[in-house]
Amino acid sequence: MTAMRSLLILLAIFLLIGVAPFAIGSDFWLNVVIMTLYAALLGQAWNILGGYGGQFSFGHAAFFGTGAYAVAVLQVQLGVNPWVGMALGGALAAAVAAFIGFCTFRYGLRGSYFALVTLAFAEVLRILSNSVDFTGAGVGLLIPLARGMENFQFATRAGYFWVVWALTLAAFLTVWWIGNSRFGAQLTAVRDNEDAARALGVDAFRVKMGAIVLSGFFSGLAGVFYAQYFLYLDPAIAYGPEISVTSLLVPIIGGMGTLFGPLLGAVGVHAISEGTRTFVGEAPGISLALYGAVLVAMVLFMPRGLAGLLARAPRKAHADEAAAAPATRAEAGRAEASGHA
Amino acid sequence: MPDLSIVVPSLLNGITTGALYALVALGLTLIYGVLHIINFAHGALLMIGLYAVYFLNVQFGVDPYAALLVVPPLMFALGYALQRGIITRASHGRDENILLATLGLSIVIENLALYFFKSDTRIVDTPYSFETVEVLGAFLPLPKVVAFFGALATAALFWLVMARTDLGKAIRALAKERKGAALVGIDTEHVYAVSFGLGIACLGVAACLLLPSYYVTPQVGHGFILIAFTIVVLGGMGSFVGALLGGFIIGIVEAMGGLFLGESLGQIGIFLIFILVLIFRPTGLLGHKA
Amino acid sequence: MLEVRALCKSFGGVRAARDVSLTVPEGGIVSLIGPNGAGKTTVFSLVTGFHKPDSGSVAFRGEDITGFAPEAIARRGLVRTFQIVQPFAGQSVRENIAVGAHLHIASRREALARAGEVARMVGLADRLDMPAGALTVAGRKRLEVARALATGPKLVLFDEVLAGLNPSEIRDVIPIIRAIRETGVTILLIEHVMQAVMSLSEYTWVLNQGELIAEGKPRDVVADRQVIEAYLGKGMAERIARREAADA
Repeated sequence: MTAMRSLLILLAIFLLIGVAPFAIGSDFWLNVVIMTLYAALLGQAWNILGGYGGQFSFGHAAFFGTGAYAVAVLQVQLGVNPWVGMALGGALAAAVAAFIGFCTFRYGLRGSYFALVTLAFAEVLRILSNSVDFTGAGVGLLIPLARGMENFQFATRAGYFWVVWALTLAAFLTVWWIGNSRFGAQLTAVRDNEDAARALGVDAFRVKMGAIVLSGFFSGLAGVFYAQYFLYLDPAIAYGPEISVTSLLVPIIGGMGTLFGPLLGAVGVHAISEGTRTFVGEAPGISLALYGAVLVAMVLFMPRGLAGLLARAPRKAHADEAAAAPATRAEAGRAEASGHA
Repeated sequence: MPDLSIVVPSLLNGITTGALYALVALGLTLIYGVLHIINFAHGALLMIGLYAVYFLNVQFGVDPYAALLVVPPLMFALGYALQRGIITRASHGRDENILLATLGLSIVIENLALYFFKSDTRIVDTPYSFETVEVLGAFLPLPKVVAFFGALATAALFWLVMARTDLGKAIRALAKERKGAALVGIDTEHVYAVSFGLGIACLGVAACLLLPSYYVTPQVGHGFILIAFTIVVLGGMGSFVGALLGGFIIGIVEAMGGLFLGESLGQIGIFLIFILVLIFRPTGLLGHKA
Repeated sequence: MLEVRALCKSFGGVRAARDVSLTVPEGGIVSLIGPNGAGKTTVFSLVTGFHKPDSGSVAFRGEDITGFAPEAIARRGLVRTFQIVQPFAGQSVRENIAVGAHLHIASRREALARAGEVARMVGLADRLDMPAGALTVAGRKRLEVARALATGPKLVLFDEVLAGLNPSEIRDVIPIIRAIRETGVTILLIEHVMQAVMSLSEYTWVLNQGELIAEGKPRDVVADRQVIEAYLGKGMAERIARREAADA
């Protein structure tokens, strides 16, 4: 698909979605659309680093929670306007991402080790926010009700819809740009084969840093939106595993490293959660258990996600050939160590 | 500076806890050393072991220590099945996919437990639950002391299996050189699954030793998993002695950290060690090249 | 153009490179040969920044690049290919080559166009939109060449680009290598395929167990006794000489 065509399709889809507040009368369904867009935003953010960058983060909550707490703390403790708080929240989340990226990429940490370190960072932040007063410690923070656009609170859901719609569109446009730019070409090259990329002059460190900062930024914005939409935050919500898992589940279901994957994935995840709610009820654990089962199933049977199913058939046939070459880095590493000139 | 009468019990507590951590970490490091998999589901599987011990006690009156004859073999079978049936198929050419698969498994296991058992905290009531033993002027709970020796004994048994038996040799061969091992007739898929199973069996032993002095909830694995990872990373991925050493170090750090900084901040100390070691010395104190 | 001086590197106990020195003049095709395990790829890795030498230096066009990062060296016009071919598997041939083109070209459209041109040069034009993972071995080797070429290099190090090719494929690739030289690119080859070394290379160095044992024009080097023994074993040079005398 050419760059122009995918851009047009992207804009058409968002235009269509944009009709929602006018076409949907029910508050319930508008909320469903909002939460689906929100999930797509979370997933697209992760997708930048994980899908296009090939660095799987298990602790994306670190960025989400930072954005969320930033806007909440600035508002509640310092009276800063939440729109300004949004900009600062995004920036702070990006800064956290830059810090984590610097610590990990500078020293060549990748693969499973990278996933673990991001998890550890998210946990550290969770514990910190649980122990510190200005984040409300274990009790969390309540953002006081103050309806009015200037306070980033809206009388009707439509206002919130437009915000998340705009943020998600921005994220998707960014990913479209990544897929059609030099940065993206270099990023995916590093993902597919870092040594070969460096041999062609790609500065792997710089490119990965770019990816994690963009990824963290959008995750942070998602956190800001969450805080303003629900007006309540605590350490488990902000920095807990549920956000980290959702962030990665959405692109995995929809298709990592694709533009539309997170949208498909968001719809998929929602279908799962609504489905479980209807058939099995609201018992704690059951919908997450299903998420986990879907994750395992996706990894086993559909590693390319839903988008992979829709892509050209030749790609599927060639997965076998790619698998015939040294299967994992571990194996390739062992092969190199044991034999070569 | 708190006086010795507070520090010493804390230290001893840390050591006994450390032995159990070491046992958990032993399974993890074996799995990494042989299969090069970071088993994210380790904590959730420990939780299953704990529930197994719990139900054996509550439904059938089996003493947790007697359960040592039942739970570890069952856990071995579970591990074998998981590796052979699911995990081995997840790779598709990327190590991270395996990590995702084990992450998925941990989510499924934990949340199914949540669904079936609810989040009540459960403990076992044994005649010796509250007995204490005097060590160096401190009174340690008997179950913890038993756990300490049990963990050491298991580690020693483990070492014997790895060093002296044919199975152990096959496992070590496979860990070092997969193609070579296959060439000399070792059934690689089987030995991989056995290794994974042994790692999970360690969790079964840990569960039997742990429950008398602890509790079980669906989330109990969380407390152990990052600690286990920290230990394995600190001691060196794949290093047996490293896991033991690391276990004691972390156990002591946790106890001392908790003493001086309060429980939650003490935990941060452990995660910071984890992050720092991963970044600056990913091979750990004693590990092989990463 | 490239000056390698007294390069030494040990991995654990293995001395992979011992005091290796060579000088690549501008504008020719030269080669590095030697039996398997001689350390040829190690020399490439040391020169292009993938490993740091224990001692010795590498200078490229007058600049000391010892210990520089691979991407920095590539940016200066020194690129290499890999013996174990490493395509960006999920991406198309065109996208693969474009990564190389992007070294000096910022525009996506231009890079993709340049990729097409380079593909034509190496004979991959008919497979531009194919996933790189689906290429045959011969195709992948050409892809390695194309990617390196797309960066607009001054000096390319080809690591066994002919390995695994059948004779007719080899016959097809040799003119491509010559054509590359015609565009002004200097080439240093690691090769096992002697016919290529003889027909392409103006000068050659022979490496054995990390040490340079001979250098000179390929025809002369191949007759060198030490070189024969390195490839065929001790005493072979004499045996061959005796047999030739007997046949004469």
